[in-house]
Amino acid sequence: MVNGNPIVEGFIEAIELIIALDPQVVEITIRSLYVSLTATFFAALIALPLGALIYFYEFRGKHAVVSTLQTLYALPTVIVGLVMFLFLSNIGPFGFLRLLYTPGGMIVTQTVLIIPLLMGLTVSALSGIDRDKRYTITALGASRLQTVMTIISEARFAVMAGVLLGFGRAIAEVGSVMIVGGNIRGATRVLTTAITLNTSMANYSLSIALGIILLSVALGVNLALSLVQRR
Amino acid sequence: MAIIEAHGIRKSYGSLLALHDVDLAVEEGEILALIGPSGSGKSTLLRVLDLIEPANEGELSIFGIDVVAERGRWLDLRRRMGMLFQRPIVFNASVYDNVAMGLRYRRASGDEIDRRVNEALEAVGLSRYTRSRATDLSGGEQQRVALSRVLVTDPEVLFLDEPTANLDPTSTATIEEIVMRLNREAGMTVLISTHDLAQGQRLAHRVGVMIEGTIAQTGPSSDVFRAPKDRRIARFVGVQNIIPGRVVSRTEGLTTVEAGGRQILSATPPPADKVEIVIRGEDVSLHRREPMHEEAENLFPAMLTRIEPAAPFVNVTVHCGCDLVALVTARRADALGLREGVGVWISLQAKAVHLIPLTGH
Repeated sequence: MVNGNPIVEGFIEAIELIIALDPQVVEITIRSLYVSLTATFFAALIALPLGALIYFYEFRGKHAVVSTLQTLYALPTVIVGLVMFLFLSNIGPFGFLRLLYTPGGMIVTQTVLIIPLLMGLTVSALSGIDRDKRYTITALGASRLQTVMTIISEARFAVMAGVLLGFGRAIAEVGSVMIVGGNIRGATRVLTTAITLNTSMANYSLSIALGIILLSVALGVNLALSLVQRR
Repeated sequence: MAIIEAHGIRKSYGSLLALHDVDLAVEEGEILALIGPSGSGKSTLLRVLDLIEPANEGELSIFGIDVVAERGRWLDLRRRMGMLFQRPIVFNASVYDNVAMGLRYRRASGDEIDRRVNEALEAVGLSRYTRSRATDLSGGEQQRVALSRVLVTDPEVLFLDEPTANLDPTSTATIEEIVMRLNREAGMTVLISTHDLAQGQRLAHRVGVMIEGTIAQTGPSSDVFRAPKDRRIARFVGVQNIIPGRVVSRTEGLTTVEAGGRQILSATPPPADKVEIVIRGEDVSLHRREPMHEEAENLFPAMLTRIEPAAPFVNVTVHCGCDLVALVTARRADALGLREGVGVWISLQAKAVHLIPLTGH
């Protein structure tokens, strides 16, 4: 082993950990993907129809709703973590669900975290369909429902890009999963919380290994995003 | 029978008044061109007539049905009409799926869609692109996709909103040809808006001139070009000479008008005492010496003051009490040896001198 620089050593050890498929690394990675993918799935299930409703229906305060959503894009994750902690803890209204310090609780929290982002991006994806296209759909004799379906299908790539962004925000955030999940080894430890902990314990090699994995996931999301946006 | 009848149509967007007092009747089987400057309300009117958006006021009947009273039938009526827009609009799908849209909305069977879409693409010469992504095609090709998408639905009325404004001459010719053939062979009623006067003349049986949100004049294109009803229409149809004058007398079917100390004869009955004389530049003939056997009622000497090229013509301004612009071919201007400062004779038929009432401006 090269003597001296702990960073270089840590980096080499990290590569070894990844290549050897270290069980701890694999377990944390899988949990991280599981939590954030599930959260993205449920968030999309809720946010896409709601976003579409906001876009297609005219109501008072529509503009205010859209601005609020856009403000919530930047919602601090620790705030969401704190609020969800209070909701899910024994003193909170949803304490009976026993979700605090479980992956289930982390999924719910990340779902809440990215719903505004997915809703807002759905609204702007649908708004990206210009007026002339909407006139064309109407002129071709589409019923109300057919119009909605055509516009959604036309905006599908932009909507998909929004979902990918949501996933990216979920997997990369640390604040809320730390508070709600508690970073319990073998139960609620995910990539970001593991990196935080191991770094503070000077366990650099594991941190770097997990960091490389997190970066590659982020890179993969970006790659998929640019593929989608090119359509 | 009028297939579309509109009275007193008014449409505004917030404080912007787009249409007002629009009266229009479109006969079954005719091609009507709406001509007018940009922003005069042509597109808005087409959208109102195609039931894409409602008017704020007015009566409108389409296929004999009062559409203001019967909002519930708009979808059915809309499905009997079709519209092609100025900007080529295609959806992010294959050419085939683009053309099939209208038929799918109408719940046509798969076999029928297949047959008609392939037929339609054949007709516009795009068969080889059936499976291509429509957004990958050129502008002209996209517009042909858009046209076949409308035509497969067999509309009884076809609206064309400046359909060739962004296209090259070949694509324009293809689209004009298809529209004229459908009108001739299938008796399709066509409403086309255009700011291209020549296109209006070429295609339409009748033109309507739209100025500032209303239809200012309708009639055969020759009427609108030669006998515009007011100054704004005259300006839009490209009349070079609009000269204020005073009616002096009316004898034997000819009106004498005095303008700039010169008496000009017109075949138009006087519309008022104070008038404006409307003369198209191409109706003014220039001669180097006094013509001997000239039959034009107006003949007088003038001084050439300005020559301005406007290929393939030249605009020649002459002074004969008032300024007159004549449109002469570049070749004839050469042959006559026209240059600034020379004396010329101008002749002008009374029929070519149109009179409109003088309005404050």
